[in-house]
Amino acid sequence: MPASSLANGPSAPARDGRGPILAFRRVSKFFGEIGAARDISLEVRPGEFLSFLGPSGCGKTTALRMIAGFEQPTGGDVFLDGERVNDIPAHRRPVNMVFQSYALFPHLNVARNVAYGLLQRSPRPSRVEIDRRVGAVLDLVRLGGFGHRRIWEMSGGQQQRVALARALVNEPKVLLLDEPLAALDRKLRRDMQVELQNLQRRIGITFILVTHDQEEALSMSDRVCIMREGRIVQIGSPTDLYDRPASRYVAGFVGKSNFLEGTIVTASPECAEVKLASGVRIAAARFGEAMRLAPGDRVTVAVRPEQVLLMRQRDALPADIAVGCESHVLNRIFLGEHTEYVLRSDALGEFAALAPRQSERAEKPFQPGEIVTAGFRAEAALVLGSD
Amino acid sequence: MRWYVVAIYVFLYLPIALIVVFSFNAGRYAMDWQGFSTEWYFKAFANPFAMKALRTSLVVALWTAVLATMLGTLAALGLERMQGWPRRAFDALIYVAIMVPGVVIGIATLIAFVTVFDAVNPFLAGLFGDAAPQLAMGLPTIIGAHVLFNLAVVILIVRARFAGLDRSLIEASEDLYATPFGTFRQVVLPMIFPAILASFLLSFTFSFEDFIIAFFVSGPDSTLPIYIFSSIRRGITPEVNAIGTVVLAASLSLLVIAQFLLRDRNARRPAPDKAA
Ligand SMILES: Nc1ncnc2c1ncn2[C@@H]1O[C@H](COP(=O)(O)OP(=O)(O)OP(=O)(O)O)[C@@H](O)[C@H]1O
Ligand SMILES: [Mg+2]
Repeated sequence: MPASSLANGPSAPARDGRGPILAFRRVSKFFGEIGAARDISLEVRPGEFLSFLGPSGCGKTTALRMIAGFEQPTGGDVFLDGERVNDIPAHRRPVNMVFQSYALFPHLNVARNVAYGLLQRSPRPSRVEIDRRVGAVLDLVRLGGFGHRRIWEMSGGQQQRVALARALVNEPKVLLLDEPLAALDRKLRRDMQVELQNLQRRIGITFILVTHDQEEALSMSDRVCIMREGRIVQIGSPTDLYDRPASRYVAGFVGKSNFLEGTIVTASPECAEVKLASGVRIAAARFGEAMRLAPGDRVTVAVRPEQVLLMRQRDALPADIAVGCESHVLNRIFLGEHTEYVLRSDALGEFAALAPRQSERAEKPFQPGEIVTAGFRAEAALVLGSD
Repeated sequence: MRWYVVAIYVFLYLPIALIVVFSFNAGRYAMDWQGFSTEWYFKAFANPFAMKALRTSLVVALWTAVLATMLGTLAALGLERMQGWPRRAFDALIYVAIMVPGVVIGIATLIAFVTVFDAVNPFLAGLFGDAAPQLAMGLPTIIGAHVLFNLAVVILIVRARFAGLDRSLIEASEDLYATPFGTFRQVVLPMIFPAILASFLLSFTFSFEDFIIAFFVSGPDSTLPIYIFSSIRRGITPEVNAIGTVVLAASLSLLVIAQFLLRDRNARRPAPDKAA
């Protein structure tokens, strides 16, 4: 994968302005015994939108705080635009952060909050220049004319945009966002995601976003870093991560998957034949060149629910199907655009299938108790190492 | 309310109410109502001894408030950064300073001052001969003793406010390029200012109305409470009641203002509408 080989490149970051804007070199952070970051290496290109995604406590915020300068790594180096910044305090780093709680100054009005960073510059820009830039950035976040408002007079979504404006007005090299949308309701969060993404494309500043919402990470980012217990387990584009998860952990974290346990019968670099616990043999695709497989190895096969095809007649299934088996419909869950079915078969055990709404319109929905044929193509079945 | 609760409140506040009522007595004797009059207020404000005591009290209270607030604020900010046993030791000492009875502080500071003066005065005499300054009890010793116990009050109030300060505001300020001093001046100070002002008013009040400690270390200068104490030995007059009422009104107003400043400020604001 080109993304991960870039991330692990051993050379020192270049300083010619075309190198990575941000780099971690084997960065670790321990709080006593707790490893919040363990040997993280990472490079971020200028203008990239990168997300850290992972469950609570996996070290996302810690990674962000090491970039901002609020935490010092216990090992390794952090580079900003080619310069090692380990010993540079937060107030001299050319990055800005949007805090999860927004951290707006309650004793200052909106305009003074936004102007705060500019007022710390020396030489201090002129009054006129500050007013101009504050006005421009407030327009950018669609808060023109709100400058005189007090912070507590603003709604949650407006406060979030003030926090964004307060960071953006400084034109940082990297903008850090720590779950900036977590406090918003679902609808507003969707709108803000689109807005943030458009904004980032327009101004071209590097964004680093921390989130535990996979949908948010996948929909907004150029690349996503999946984290687990202080480590990066996989880094890649959203489609990469979804289509080619490197491990069961990633497959389970990014989207939903059915996991089937089995052992390798034969393995070639592109595909493998796997014998499932039920004795059924299936053909499966395999990814991850690093994963060496030999006959007899225990593996997990992941199949996305939307890749599972359900048919009333067996011969309606496409000819190139890897496996097709009689299954009982146990449950039908209506999700709006999709319908999720929970099924059980002798070959696959209990598994889930996701049917789009259209196919339901054409055909009558399957009912619990019905027996259907379920199948999936070989390239939909991914062989994963069992972590 | 139960009758005994009423009884307790009557027992506590009736004497105070009587003082206020009888300060408006037209008669000569404190408890012999002759009709309404404000003449004792004019008498009191025309009394040179009372006015001198009032001036002394105001000077003492002002200096005490200024010094205790300044030192206490700095101490509070410093203590908030301390960790481990030194911090626990200081915490304990602060509470001790508040719980020790005034009499003990009075006696202890008196002994301390006398001991120091006895040691220093001969030394000064040897240095400067007959023109040597003599250290003695007076305004500075009252102020010193008052600062001592008010310091603890200021530290507790300011530190509570500082501890309640959202850390991310400080980080946000640093993130926006403010130097540590810039952050202190532009974020920490404005945020804890109500607590600083409140502790200034409280230490002013506590110093102004203190009798016990001042009684021990005042020397020849008498503060207003000491003046009241010495004048009631000649009988309780409506004039004393008038002075007491003025002191009461002033103290209460300052306490109310301080309480207002220490209120949870967010309670005054409508909660931000998160869902919006
Ligand atoms: N200041 C600290 N002192 C001690 N341990 C800490 C500190 N900050 C973080 N940790 C620990 O480091 C680990 C990672 O914390 P971090 O805040 O980075 O997690 P996170 O991925 O941001 O989680 P969340 O999604 O809940 O915000 C956690 O186990 C946490 O308890
Ligand atoms: Mg976090």
